[in-house]
Amino acid sequence: MAKKNISFTLNGGQVETLVEPRELLIHVLREQLGLTGSHIGCETSHCGACTVDFNGKSVKSCTVLAVQAEGGTVITVEGLAKNGALHPLQEGFMQEHGLQCGYCTPGMLMRSYRFLQEIPNPTEEQIRSGLSGNICRCTGYQNIVKAVQYAAKKLQATGGK
Amino acid sequence: MTPGNFEYHAPTDIKQALALLIEYGEEAKILAGGHSLLPMMKLRFASPGHLIDLNRVQGLKGIREQGGMIHIGAMTTENELIASELLQKKCPLIPEAALWIADPQVRNCGTIGGDIAHGDPGNDHPAIMLVTEATFVLKGPKDERVVAANGFFLGTYSTQLNADEILTEIRVPVIAKGTGYAYCKLKRKTGDFATAAAAVQLQLDGNTCKKIAIALTNAGPTALRAKDAEAVLTGKAIDERLIEQAAQKAMAICDPAEDQRGDREYKTHMAGEMTRRAIRRALERARGK
Amino acid sequence: MATVTEKMEREQKLEGVGCARKRKEDPRFIQGKGSYIDDIKLPGMLFGSIVRSPYAHARVKSINKAKALAVPGVVAVLVADDLKPVKLHWMPTLGGDVQAVLADKKVCFQMQEVAMVLGTDRYSAADGAAMVEVDYEELPAIVDPHKSMDKNAPIIREDIADKKEVGHGPRTHPNHIFTWDAGDKAGTDAVFASAPVTVKQEILNPRVHPCPLETCGCVASFDKITGQLTVYMTSQAPHLVRTVLAMLSGIPESKIRVIGGDIGGGFGNKVPVYPGYVVAIVASIVTGLPIKWIESRIENISTTGFARDYHGVGELAADKDGRIKALRFTALADHGAFNSHVSATKLPAGLFSICTGSYDIPKAYCKVDAVYTNKAPGGVAYRCSLRVTEAVYLIERMMDVLAQKVGVDKAEIRRRNFVKAEQFPYTTAFGWQLDSGNYHPALEKVLKAVDYAELRKEQAQKRAKGELMGIGISTFTEIVGAGPTKVCDILGIGLFDSCDIRVNPTGSAIARLGTMSQGQGHATTYAQIIATELGLPSSEIQIEEGDTDKAPYGAGTWGSRSTPVAGAAAARAARKIREKAKKIAAHLLEVAEGDLEWDVDRFKVKGNPSQTKTMKEIAMAAHTGNRPEGTEVGLEAVEYYDPPNLTYPFGAYVCVVDIDRHTGETKVRRFYALDDCGTRINPMIIEGQIHGGLTEAFAVAMGQAIPFDAEGNHLGNSLMDYFLPTAVETPKWETDYTVTPSPHHPIGAKGVAESPHVGGIPCFSNAVIDAFAHLGVTHMDMPHTAHNVWKTIHKLGLDKNP
Repeated sequence: MAKKNISFTLNGGQVETLVEPRELLIHVLREQLGLTGSHIGCETSHCGACTVDFNGKSVKSCTVLAVQAEGGTVITVEGLAKNGALHPLQEGFMQEHGLQCGYCTPGMLMRSYRFLQEIPNPTEEQIRSGLSGNICRCTGYQNIVKAVQYAAKKLQATGGK
Repeated sequence: MTPGNFEYHAPTDIKQALALLIEYGEEAKILAGGHSLLPMMKLRFASPGHLIDLNRVQGLKGIREQGGMIHIGAMTTENELIASELLQKKCPLIPEAALWIADPQVRNCGTIGGDIAHGDPGNDHPAIMLVTEATFVLKGPKDERVVAANGFFLGTYSTQLNADEILTEIRVPVIAKGTGYAYCKLKRKTGDFATAAAAVQLQLDGNTCKKIAIALTNAGPTALRAKDAEAVLTGKAIDERLIEQAAQKAMAICDPAEDQRGDREYKTHMAGEMTRRAIRRALERARGK
Repeated sequence: MATVTEKMEREQKLEGVGCARKRKEDPRFIQGKGSYIDDIKLPGMLFGSIVRSPYAHARVKSINKAKALAVPGVVAVLVADDLKPVKLHWMPTLGGDVQAVLADKKVCFQMQEVAMVLGTDRYSAADGAAMVEVDYEELPAIVDPHKSMDKNAPIIREDIADKKEVGHGPRTHPNHIFTWDAGDKAGTDAVFASAPVTVKQEILNPRVHPCPLETCGCVASFDKITGQLTVYMTSQAPHLVRTVLAMLSGIPESKIRVIGGDIGGGFGNKVPVYPGYVVAIVASIVTGLPIKWIESRIENISTTGFARDYHGVGELAADKDGRIKALRFTALADHGAFNSHVSATKLPAGLFSICTGSYDIPKAYCKVDAVYTNKAPGGVAYRCSLRVTEAVYLIERMMDVLAQKVGVDKAEIRRRNFVKAEQFPYTTAFGWQLDSGNYHPALEKVLKAVDYAELRKEQAQKRAKGELMGIGISTFTEIVGAGPTKVCDILGIGLFDSCDIRVNPTGSAIARLGTMSQGQGHATTYAQIIATELGLPSSEIQIEEGDTDKAPYGAGTWGSRSTPVAGAAAARAARKIREKAKKIAAHLLEVAEGDLEWDVDRFKVKGNPSQTKTMKEIAMAAHTGNRPEGTEVGLEAVEYYDPPNLTYPFGAYVCVVDIDRHTGETKVRRFYALDDCGTRINPMIIEGQIHGGLTEAFAVAMGQAIPFDAEGNHLGNSLMDYFLPTAVETPKWETDYTVTPSPHHPIGAKGVAESPHVGGIPCFSNAVIDAFAHLGVTHMDMPHTAHNVWKTIHKLGLDKNP
C-alpha cells in the first residue's frame, strides 16, 4: 500500500516519517523513531505496556494507527524527564521499588503521568482503578501504588505535573 | 499481531464519509474508537480493504440538551460520557454503564456510537439504550432517519444500520424527577465483558412502581428487554418476593453463549442475580438513598 | 559509644547485606532505556513469523510455499525439509526427549510450528505466513491424560514409538513417558493398612502458564566470515543454551555467544529452548543475516512451557489425634506432546518428593506417571521450583483434609505434625536433609498477627447466618537452590554456579556470575553480598550476568537458585580475595597475618586499632610492586560453587476470604505472609518478590486455566480469557519474617522468590474450601473462579432466595 507522510509532535519536538496506513503507532515509535521504551506485551489491547500520552490522554499505542497521530501530540516515557531531571513518578518508582523486570514500567509511568493530572490527590482505590489498564506480573502492584502516592505528594508540594 | 493491508481515509465531514462508504461498499469498514475493530484486524479475523476513520469528521461529538432529550454525538468517548455533568444529572444510567466498560485507556478511545453499532451482545450500551428508550440518528447518502433502540438490535453483529449508513447521534430522554436507575455487571475481572449484566430504570409513585424497564447484557444474541419481568413489577409495591419473581422471568428469556465466563446455567442464574441487584439499587436511588 | 556509631556508619556506607537499598538497575528502566530482545536492531535484520498448525493432531501432507514467496518483502520460507540438511528439524529437549523444530510429517499439538517465513519487516513476514498453504489430515486427539495409556489410544509420538525409554526409565505404552517413584512403598502400604485414620483425596493441579509480560524471542546473528554465532535470547540460562546450541549446530561452543540482556519476566517460561530460536538460528546460518523472532501473546500462552497439569491423589495415614504416620502421593502428569521441560536426569518429576512438607512423617511413598497428550509441551515452569508447587499443594491440602476428618483445628493439626526445631537438620522420609527450620514460632507469630481465635469465632457466627467465610492456612517448606552436582544436572551438566570478581586499582569492582536476572534485582543483591565481604560500597560493585562470552559458566536463574548457589559463589570468591588482601595488608602494615582482624572495610592490627589498611588501599597496593614476596599481582578470584545441599526456606501464611453466595465471587479480605529465607540480603527486594509471588499465586488459585475442547483446540488462550489480575483485583499483602539461617550457606541465605507462589496457592485454595468445610466439603479444584465456586454453592442449595 502507498505510504503516507505523517508528522506529529513527539516528546516536545516535531517528527516526520513515512508509514503504511496499517502500521501501528507502537511499531512506528519503536522502530522508525527509535524510541524502544514503550513495550508490546499482547496483541489484544489488554496489557497496557504500550501506553503513551496521545493528545492529552492515556492511550494504548498498539491500538492506534500511526496515521491517526498526524498533527497530534505524543509523549512517551523518554519524554518524561526534563533536562536530565527525573519526573517525580520516575523518582517514586525507584524509591518505592515499584518495578522489578521493568517491562510494564514505561506504560505504568505514562498512565500514571496522565492519571495524576486527572486526579492529583487520589485515594488508593482510585489509583488501583486508574491503573487497571496496565498489567504487571512482577510487583503485585502494591509498591506501584506507593510510587504513585509518592509522586502525587511531591507534585502537590511543588505544584508541578 | 499486525493487520493486513488496507487503504486509509480520514474524511472531515459526514457527507465525505458516506460517499466513501458507498464507493467501497463491502470492502469498507468504519473506524470509530478502533478498540473492537483493530484487535480483530491484528488477529486477521477482519481484513477490510478500506478503513473510513470518523475521528476527524465534524459534528459527531458533543453532548447537549434539546427538547427534553439529551443528544449525544456518536463519536463521544466512554470517558467523555463519564465526565459529562449533564449526563450525570439527566441520564445517569449512561455514565454509570460507561464506568464498567473496559479500562481507562480503552475508554479514552471507545465511543458510544461504536459500542452500539458493532452489534456485539457483550457490549454494555445496548441494554442501556433499550431501558432508556433511546433513539438513534442514522444518516444515509440521501436522508436521515431516527430509529428506536427497541428493535435496532437484530442479532449478533447485526443491527438495523444499513451498509450505506452511519450512526451519527444518540438521543436519550431526560429522566423524570425521582427516577431510580442501576446497571449491575458481573465480570471475571476489570475490563472484561459481562458474565451477565442488568440495566434497570424505574419510576415510583409513592411506594408503587409506576414504570420500569429492565434489559440484560450478554444473555443472548442481542441485549434483551425483559418485558415479562417488568410486568411482574409494574403497578406494584416492589418487595423481595416480587423481585424474585421478576428475576425468574428475566432468567426465562436468557439464551447465553457458553464460553470461559460460564456455561448457560451459570450465566442465566447470574442474569437473574444481576436483575435482583439492579432492581434493589434502582429502588434505593428512587427513594433518594 | 563513639566506635560503635563510627562502625555502623562505615557499615551503612557499604549498603551491604541487610540494607534495603534502592536498586542499581532501576535508572535505565524508568527512563525507557532497557534493552529487551525486541529492542535490538541489527543491520540487514530479517523477521521470522511462524506458521502454526490449527489441529492438535494431524498428518502434514504437503506444504506449498509459492504464494507466500510471492508476497512483497518475503525472503524465504523454511520448513522441516530445509532443516534436514543440517539435521536440525528435530532437537533434543532439556527433558531427555526430542522435539520437532518444524513439523516433520505430523503435528502433535494445536499451534505447533510448521514453517517460518522470513521477511524484511514484521508486517511482510506476517503477510507471508498467512499465505503458506498446508494440507493436513486430521487425526483423533488425546486431550485427557487418563486416556493416553488406553489400549487403543492413538499414538502421538510415532517418531519414538519403538523406543523402550525416553531418558527416564522403561515405558509401558507409546504414550507413556516415564514412571518415577521414591520412598518406601512396602513400608508405607503397611502403615496405611493398619492406620486408625486414613484420608484420600483426588486433587487436580490444573494446567496454567507463567505468562511473563515480555514474550519469548531471539535475534540470531551468524557471521559467515568469522563463523561466530551470536544469539540474543530471552533465556534464563544462557550458558546451558550455549552448550545445547553447540551440540545441535556443530559450531564450537567457543564461537557461540548467547546474550541474555534485559528480560521482561521469566518465571520459568524462558528456560526451554523453543523451536522459534532454533529456526531463527538456522536461518541466520544459511542467510548470514541477523534474524529476529518474537512470538505473540497468543503464541506464548499456547505453545511455550506451561506449568502443572498434575492429576494427583493424596493419601495420609494418621492416628485419631491427626498425627501422621505415613504419606502416599501419586500423580498422573500430563507433559503435552514432547517432554521438553528442564529435568535433572535422576529427577524427571523434579523435586516432587519434598511433598512431606514441614511435617515429621516417618513413612512415605510417591509416584508420578508421565504421559503424552496432544497439547503443547512443558510442565515445569511458573515459580514452581521444579514441581514443588505440585508437591506443596498436595500436602497443604491434605493437612486440611485430615484436619476435617479428625475434627482438629487446621492450625493445631500442623503444630502436632511439624518437624520440631531440635530435629534440624532433619532428613525426610524421602532423603532430603532440611538444613534449618523453626516452624512453630513462625506459625504462632502469624496466628497472633491475624488474631486467629477471633477469626474462627467470627466464622462460627457467620456460618450460623448462612454466610460463607473461609480461613486458609499454609505452612510450607520449600526446596530451592538446585543443586549438588551429584544429584542435580541438566543434560549431564551439574547445577553448580559461579562468580568471578575483579577489584580495580582504585577500589571498585566488577563481578560476573552465571545466573540471569529477569527482574529479581541481582545487580543490587549480589553487589550487596560482595560489599559486605569485601568492605567496598555496593554502589561501586558492578554486576554482570547473561553474556556467555564474559560471565563464568552457570546454570542460570530459575527455581530460586541464584542466592543459594551463585550468591554462595559470590561470597566465597570475595572471601578468597579477602584472604589475599589480608596477606597484602600484613605486608603493608609489617605485621603477621595473625595480628590482623577484619573490621567492616579494613584490616586493623589487634591491640593497635589505629594501624589499618582499607580494602581500597589494598586494592591499589595489589597492583604495585609493594606486594608480599611471591604474591601475584591483582585482586581477583573466581569461585565455582557446587552446593552441598539445597536450601529450605519456609513460611506460614493465613488467608481470610468472604464468598458471595449468589455469584460465587471470592473477596480476599486479608492475606498475611510470613517468610523465612534465612539471612535477608535486601528486605525491600524480598518484600517485592513476596508481593509478586503472592499475586501470581492469587491468579493461579482464583482464575487461571488453559482449557481445551475434546479435539485439543484452545478455548481461552489470549489475555481476554487468561486471568492476569489488575491492580483492582489484586489483594493487599501483609508481609512478615523470621530469620533461620542456612547452616551450610556461606552467608546463611536461602532462596525466596518462589516461596510466596508455592505457599500462596494452597493458602488461597484452603481458604475457599474452608468456607464450605462445615457443610462437609473436603476439596474443590482450582481455579476457584466465581463460576466454579458457584457450582458448589448451587449444588448445596446455598444460593436459594426466599
